[in-house]
Amino acid sequence: MKKMINKPDDVVEEMLEGIVAAHPEYVKRIDGYDVLVRAGGSQGKVALVSGGGSGHEPAHGGYVGKGMLDAAVAGAMFTSPTPDQVYEAIKACNGGKGVLLVIKNYTGDVMNFEMAAEMAEDEGIEVAKVIVNDDVAVENSTWTTGRRGIAGTIFVHKIAGACAESGGELNEVKTVAEKVIANVRTMGMAIAPCTVPAAGKPSFELGEDEVEIGMGIHGEPGTHREKIRTVAETTDTLLEKIFAEDLYHEGDEVAVIINGLGGTPLQELYLANLRVSEVLEEKGIQVAKTWVGNFMTSIDMAGYSVTLLKLDDELKKYLSAPADTPAFVQV
Amino acid sequence: MATKIYQCIQKIGEELIANKEFLTDLDAAIGDADHGINMARGFTEVLQQISQEEEDISVVLKKTGMVLLSKVGGASGPLYGTAYMKAAGAVAGKKEITLENAKEMMEAVIGGIKMRGKAEKGEKTMLDALEPAFEALKDGIEAGESVEDCLMHMCDAAREGVEYTKTIRATKGRASYLGDRSIGHQDPGATSSLITLEAIRTFYLENLK
Repeated sequence: MKKMINKPDDVVEEMLEGIVAAHPEYVKRIDGYDVLVRAGGSQGKVALVSGGGSGHEPAHGGYVGKGMLDAAVAGAMFTSPTPDQVYEAIKACNGGKGVLLVIKNYTGDVMNFEMAAEMAEDEGIEVAKVIVNDDVAVENSTWTTGRRGIAGTIFVHKIAGACAESGGELNEVKTVAEKVIANVRTMGMAIAPCTVPAAGKPSFELGEDEVEIGMGIHGEPGTHREKIRTVAETTDTLLEKIFAEDLYHEGDEVAVIINGLGGTPLQELYLANLRVSEVLEEKGIQVAKTWVGNFMTSIDMAGYSVTLLKLDDELKKYLSAPADTPAFVQV
Repeated sequence: MATKIYQCIQKIGEELIANKEFLTDLDAAIGDADHGINMARGFTEVLQQISQEEEDISVVLKKTGMVLLSKVGGASGPLYGTAYMKAAGAVAGKKEITLENAKEMMEAVIGGIKMRGKAEKGEKTMLDALEPAFEALKDGIEAGESVEDCLMHMCDAAREGVEYTKTIRATKGRASYLGDRSIGHQDPGATSSLITLEAIRTFYLENLK
């Protein structure tokens, strides 16, 4: 393992301190907890709390700020944060109008966030939750624990965050978040695995000419492995899986995220996006806005995911609303 | 004083910590390779934080649950945390644990895990060790078996349950992403549950018999 770290066990702690040192105008840390909240606090609005295992930066601390999250809870590397941590986050940013938890669909995340919600409800805080499950690589059936939450989560933060910022009530913010979840789908691929610092070795092995299609952001197995092809061909494969959902049709308008997994050059992401834009044009689907970059990473994994969100007037309004956070700025 | 429950939890913690690599290797095959690491971290903290000076058995169990909740993380933290807190609730105010109490504790534990994990037996989880163990304990009590025999049959049933997890496909948790590829591997959570029950039995045989 070759990494620019000090000690493997200190990575999360030092990263949080580093984020606060870099962005004191945006975020501060709750003393004694792995929780980042808005530097100026969150008064008079519904609060959005998200989080999860570390290793997906800038998710989620990078999205704390005006128009997006009010608090982000960082777990150990790839490990869900514990209920006491999430509970502190809820308490810290509750402004009396209730708190919406944005949870990615993993067994551990769901249980820990639900326990925190119960603790907060016992204290009289109104808590609602949504569970993001945009990863079409996972068969959504009673035979699995359900689809994983991945890069589509950023659209939930953005749109629900804008709704909360504009004065939406808790049930409204929750409803619009659920609308995003119903209309967002993601599919990814990896050309190289990631290495968790404490584990010291790659999370899975890939042959020199092999890629994994549909792997998860913790290196969970995908739909299949294949010999590496061109980025255009691979992007077609990812899009086919997304279009198989029968959600996006001619005449629709979408927003797009081409998400790097941490170890992918930006130029390759733009190549992927070129193909996505060509395919969408062929299909008569209009692109309202595209984001290309590292939004939901998997430490140093190389690869990318494609996210499509089908828009209507309401989603479009909130998507284009201003946001000002360390990792997502929109004027 | 609740010295015995303290020592029993100590025994459980020692056994889980001793099996750290084994549990982690089982998890590497079908999960994310941290079950042993997470359980060892949790119980190391439990052994530092619980005290044998407590008056009440349930206080020690509850404290154990709270520490596991805040230190284990992942899915095991809420599940084992809930298990110990439910066990605490079942023996509130008790100064000793009879076989009948043990049955009530296990029933509460299983109820808590089902509720928290939204799982049932047959999904390749802890429940595949715990539910047969509970049934065996219940049957033993009804048949008038000795404590020793009840605990033996309880552990035998849990062991068979762990073996059974090798034959089925995971439908809960991270292993479910593997689908049929999870068949052939034993479930790490069922295994740590078996280790827990065996530690309880060993503690009884070494100290209370």
